Amino acid sequence: MRRRYLALALALGLIAVASTFTPLAAGRGAGTQLSLVAYSTPRDAYAALIPMFQKTPDGDGVSFTQSYGASGDQTRAIIAGLDADVVELSLAPDMNQLVNAGIVSANWRKQSYKGIVTDSVVVFVVRPGNPKHIKSWNDLLRKGVQVVTPNPFTSGGARWNVMAAYGSWRKQGKTDKQAQQNLLRLFRNVAVQDKSARDSVNTFLSGKGDVLLSYENEAIGGQKKGQSLPYVIPKTTILIENPIAVTKTTHDAAKANQFLRFLRTPAAQQVFADWGYRPVVPKVLAKNRKRFPVRPGQFTIDQLGLGGWDAVQKRFFDPKTGIVARIERQVGGVTG
Amino acid sequence: MRRPRFGKLGLRSVALTYLALILVGPLAIVFWRTFEHGFAPAWNALTQPDTIHAFELTLLITAIAVPVNTVFGIVCALVIVRRRFPGKGLLNAFVDLPLALSPVVVGLSMFLLYGRNGWFGGWFEDHDIQFLFALPAMVVATIFVSLPFVAREVVPTLREIGDEQEQAARTLGAGSLQTFRRITLPSIRWAVIYGVILTTARCLGEYGAVAVVSGRIQGQTETATLRVEEQYEQFNLAGAYAISIVLALMAILVLVAMTAIRPKEGAA
Amino acid sequence: MSPASAAAVAAISPRRARVARERATTALSLGFVTTFLLVLVGLPIAALLWEARSDGTQSFWEAISSPEAVAALKLTLGASIAVALLNAVLGTITASVLVRDEFRGKALVNAIIDLPFALPTIVAGLTLLALYGPKSPVGVDVAYTRAAVVLAMMFVTLPFVVRTVQPVLQELDLEVEAAARSLGASETTVFRRIVFPAILPGLLSGMALALAKAIGEFGALVIITGNLPFKTEVSSVYVFGRIESGDTAAAAGVAVVLLALSFVLLLSIGAVRQVATRHERA
Repeated sequence: MRRRYLALALALGLIAVASTFTPLAAGRGAGTQLSLVAYSTPRDAYAALIPMFQKTPDGDGVSFTQSYGASGDQTRAIIAGLDADVVELSLAPDMNQLVNAGIVSANWRKQSYKGIVTDSVVVFVVRPGNPKHIKSWNDLLRKGVQVVTPNPFTSGGARWNVMAAYGSWRKQGKTDKQAQQNLLRLFRNVAVQDKSARDSVNTFLSGKGDVLLSYENEAIGGQKKGQSLPYVIPKTTILIENPIAVTKTTHDAAKANQFLRFLRTPAAQQVFADWGYRPVVPKVLAKNRKRFPVRPGQFTIDQLGLGGWDAVQKRFFDPKTGIVARIERQVGGVTG
Repeated sequence: MRRPRFGKLGLRSVALTYLALILVGPLAIVFWRTFEHGFAPAWNALTQPDTIHAFELTLLITAIAVPVNTVFGIVCALVIVRRRFPGKGLLNAFVDLPLALSPVVVGLSMFLLYGRNGWFGGWFEDHDIQFLFALPAMVVATIFVSLPFVAREVVPTLREIGDEQEQAARTLGAGSLQTFRRITLPSIRWAVIYGVILTTARCLGEYGAVAVVSGRIQGQTETATLRVEEQYEQFNLAGAYAISIVLALMAILVLVAMTAIRPKEGAA
Repeated sequence: MSPASAAAVAAISPRRARVARERATTALSLGFVTTFLLVLVGLPIAALLWEARSDGTQSFWEAISSPEAVAALKLTLGASIAVALLNAVLGTITASVLVRDEFRGKALVNAIIDLPFALPTIVAGLTLLALYGPKSPVGVDVAYTRAAVVLAMMFVTLPFVVRTVQPVLQELDLEVEAAARSLGASETTVFRRIVFPAILPGLLSGMALALAKAIGEFGALVIITGNLPFKTEVSSVYVFGRIESGDTAAAAGVAVVLLALSFVLLLSIGAVRQVATRHERA
């Protein structure tokens, strides 16, 4: 008899829980709703920015749905039909995938600030006190230095690391061949290739490696959460540019564009700065220059003279013929 | 007889060492990390409205997937063990296949089938049905990854107990349903219980495939495991572990409830 | 069979009616099971097959024979088979201890066996990393090695053999064993002749589950293995890499090959069971 009561109690308990369940959003109600789909790190920034926007006249009465995940995952989800009005991704090639799928207009780069909403730079996260004195890209090639970087084929963001390295050596005066050779030496020192930037931070924090190739905003974000992530900005490094765009499938283009405009206002850019992102608005960047020093050797992907991300993607990161694919094979002990 | 006692101790130590290394150790870490910085971070993570909604969503999905897989599992086991038909071995192996697909591949296949440009995507769009990035896809994905367990538990038990009793019942004139209810079901009770427990645990802890098809819409399609990932991304490890502990406790609760409904100990 | 003719047959021969009813039930249940499996499992696999051939057969062949894919495949299958075998031994011992032995805290241990399953794979990976990684409190650091692959797979497959052997052991008639023992049979003989044949189907069932799960594991592995191509990269991570690089055809191709190989392994386990239990039927 007791068993029956137990079963009954359990069933009633489940029903009670289920009845408190609020149904999944039943479509759009009164007032505009904007769907923001972004890569994983700006979540905290938008948690502050969205209420800020809603207090402005443009944002009054606008509700938001938000989705954050790895840049590649989000891109594929949107192509498969995930509703999105505003999309922010971690690098331009992902945005171009959306262009190819007909979801974002090819003109996204012609917006203000070339379609970029925040910047960052590639940095070296080191152990406290930097015991191995890692300051430059050549230091990464030293014997015995263990480097942690995400896998460039599973982490779109990791491609910034590779291009930062390659570009820095080219800027030093090395030829294309020599820079590629250096990349090979670098990958021989790579001890772990995590699937994402966040995973690689975790690997580094778990005690592996002497240096972590990461992004300034990741390091600052982690520091804000109490993690020990001292970092060094090398003299030459690449400027990471995070693209944002309004989709062609948006339900309210005007409102979505107003939101984009808002994100470039000084107040909004300051919020980004507080969360570790470099503002794209020069005034705000200058105001925060203490936290975001601009190194003399800083360059963008376009300044490398390689044809921008489209050409770089094909030449370096094609899974079969790309330079990095070949390097991975060589490091793995497979010829050809 | 001294030999059985030593043998018993030997087995016990092997089992306990194995469990200590692979099970208890990791679980201890989970507990420790949750409360490393006190109750506050864990409590905060658990009481956020998005987290509570995530738990409800997880429970809802589990409450749908488990009965479906239980019914399928029992019928499937009965068909495989008690009936004759060509291709039985193939069917048997086929049931285990869902486990061999990594969550990434499950997500990919669902996009291929139900995405905007997928096989059935257009049909869903025409009929204004939201399949992907909503509850239906998440339930289907969960059913998929937890499919084999009840069947796998019941099949060996059915084989072991043999069908003499069932045949006897049938010669006495009992119908199929009666035979099933009165004779088969009670004899496979333990197998069904363990199958349900495994299925429930799997549904509660499923992350990869559901994450891909959910669209990760905050406050709407985030399951508890997705919240764990979110906490992890935000460096709130205590929060991530806290949510995991609650999931683990739910699984234990189900186990306790189900074993409380157990039949009286027979031969044991 | 129409109701009228069924009634006619029933009137003629109750046995024939029963056989007819049984055939109908078989057909119905088989139909249900097959439809369910076709829609739920068959369709996704078909979609993957279709995607795999979408770039042409030359591309497909290149994708599945690429050195990195083959290395990942070898590692995945090798580790999974090893794990299935380890589980067979350790899982059976654990099940027998849980069913037959008595010790303080047994109920608690029994309750937590399924937890590796209820924990999200991220947490599984993180705790294994904390326990057996660079900052290990027990001084064991196997992270980012092939041993880590086996370790993570063992964690996520722990409940399987235990839970498939347990119900069989519980139903096992202890009187037969007691009788054998009183007749002078040693423990090993009792195990070999009575217990083992009885638990073999359950054991093989659990091994099949463990094998399949180990092959399909991703989340825990991706955190603790380091994903170094040709060294510690498993197939699921390789496939993920292909998807991320936009090469879904190659990803689907490797996934399909992996599935086919898993299917063959699962069929073999089924065949082993059939052969092993053949003398019982004789």
